Amino acid sequence: MRNKNGFANLYLVLVFAVLYAPILYLMYYSFNSGGTMHEFKGFTLEYYREVLQDTRLMIIVINTLVIALLSSAMATLIAIIGALAIQRVRSRRAKNTLLSLNNVLIVSPDVIIGASFLILFTIVGVKLGFTSVLLSHVAFSVPIAVLMILPHLQEMSPTLTDAARDLGASRRDVLTKVVLPIIKPGIFSGFFMALTYSLDDFAVTFFVTGNGYSTLSVEIYSRARQGVSLSINALSTLIFLFTILLVTGYYFLNRRKNRPAAPLTEPAAEMGVPR
Amino acid sequence: MNSKGRSYVLIPYYLWIALFVIAPVLLVLYYSLFDLDGHLTLDNYINFFTPVYMRMMLNSFWYAFLITVFSLLVAYPAAYLLTRTKHKQLWLLLIILPTWINLLLKTYAFIGIFGTFGPINNFFDLLGIGEQQILFTGFSFVFVSVYIFIPFMILPIFSALEELNLSLVDAARDLGASGWTTFRRVIFPLTISGVRSGCMAVFIPALSLFMITRLIAGNRVITLGTAIEQHFLVTQDWGMGSTVAVFLIVIMALFMVLTGGSRKGVR
Repeated sequence: MRNKNGFANLYLVLVFAVLYAPILYLMYYSFNSGGTMHEFKGFTLEYYREVLQDTRLMIIVINTLVIALLSSAMATLIAIIGALAIQRVRSRRAKNTLLSLNNVLIVSPDVIIGASFLILFTIVGVKLGFTSVLLSHVAFSVPIAVLMILPHLQEMSPTLTDAARDLGASRRDVLTKVVLPIIKPGIFSGFFMALTYSLDDFAVTFFVTGNGYSTLSVEIYSRARQGVSLSINALSTLIFLFTILLVTGYYFLNRRKNRPAAPLTEPAAEMGVPR
Repeated sequence: MNSKGRSYVLIPYYLWIALFVIAPVLLVLYYSLFDLDGHLTLDNYINFFTPVYMRMMLNSFWYAFLITVFSLLVAYPAAYLLTRTKHKQLWLLLIILPTWINLLLKTYAFIGIFGTFGPINNFFDLLGIGEQQILFTGFSFVFVSVYIFIPFMILPIFSALEELNLSLVDAARDLGASGWTTFRRVIFPLTISGVRSGCMAVFIPALSLFMITRLIAGNRVITLGTAIEQHFLVTQDWGMGSTVAVFLIVIMALFMVLTGGSRKGVR
C-alpha cells in the first residue's frame, strides 16, 4: 500500500483544492480594482467601502441578524417544549410518529416548504414581510433544535427528577432547577443550529418575503442575477470571515465544556438535507 | 404521576406541528385541485401528464441522477482516503467548513470562474481549444451542483467507513482476495448504508434546487424546483405549482420509504 500513498494524497489534495478554490477565488477578486472577476488589475478596498457605506445593505444585514436571533430564540423555546413532549410519550409507536412529524421539515426540500408556507400565510392573512419571514424561520428551525436537545434529555437519568420530587420540589422547580440545567448544552447547540439555519436560508425566505422586505441571501441572489458585481465579493468575504468566527467560537465553546460529542457537522447533513 | 396537569404547557409544540407541518401539506394538496380561475378540477393533474411536464420531469430526474452519481464517484474515494489519514478529524473539519458558507455565494463564484473571461476559459485558450460557452449549459449545472453536494456525500460515507471493522478487510486479504475483490465484496457492501444516506442527501435536493439552476444554467435546465418557483412566483399559477409540489412530495416519500425500509433491514 505504500506506493499508493502518493496517489492517494494527490487525490485528497485535489478534492480540497476544488472545494476551496471557488471561495478563495471569490475573496481574491474582491480586492480587484479592475471591477471584474477576471484580470486582477490592482489592489483596492473600494468595494469594502462601498459595502459599508451602502445603507440599504446595512439595513438588510440588520434585518437578517434580527430575524436570525429572534427566530432562533423562539424556535429553541418551542424545541425545549417539543423535546419534553416527545420524551414524555410512553408508547414507542406514538413516539416514532411524533419524531417523524418533527423531521418532516428537515427532509422536505426548501422549495416545498417555501411554497406551502406562502399558501398558508396567504390563507391566514399574514402580510408577507417581517412577520411571515420570522414565522417561517421559527418553523423550520424548530425540528433541528429538537433533535439537538432530545439526546440530552434521553441521557438524563430519571432518578434525578424522582429524587427532586421526593425531596419536595414543585414541578416547576424540577424543570428549572434540574432538567433545564442538565440539558443546557443541548439547548445551546440547538440555538446555534437554528441560528445558522436562519442565516443560511435562501429558498424559503425567497418565497415568503414579499416586496420591500429582504434578507441578505435574497439580496445576494437578486444582485447575482444581474451579473458580477465586486461588492458581492466583498460582502461574501465579510460573511465568510463572520462564519469562520462563528464556527470556531462554537467549536471552542464545545471543547471547553469537555464534551466529546457535538461534532461540527450540520446534523442535517447526516440526516439528509443540505441547506 | 406528573403527566397530568402540565400538558397545556406542551401546546406550542403541538400547535407548531399542526400549523407548520400538517397544514402546509394539506394546503398544497388542496390547491393542486384548483385551476387559475378558482374552479375545482383535476385539470392540473391531467396537465401534468402531458409531454411538456413529462419531459421536464425526466430532465429533472436525469440531472439529479447525474449529480448523485458524480458526487458518489468523487466522494467515495475521498471518504475512504480520509479515514486513512493521520489527523482525520481535522481533515473532516476542513471538508465540513465549506458547507457552512452560504450556498449562493459559492454558486456566485462559479459565475466568475466559468465566465467567458474566467480562468477555465483562459486555460482552454492556453491549450488552444479556444473559448467555450461553459456557463448556462447542462455541464456547468451538474458541475456546480456536484461541487455543492460533495461534502454531504462524503460525511455519511465517512462515518460508515469509520464503523467498518478493519479486521474483516485483513481477513479478506489474508484469504487471498485481491484489493478490488475486497472492496467489491467486503468494504462496499458493509458501507452501503452510508452510500444510501449520502445519495438521499443529494438526490432529493438536486431534484428541487432552483437557485443554482437559475444562476448557473440560465433557463436552459428546468427542474421540478424551478417549475414550482416559476408557477408560484412568476406566473402565479398556484394550482399547477402545487400539483408539481405534490408529485415532488410523493417522490420524496417513496424515496424515503425505499431507502429507509431497506436500511432497517440491513441493520
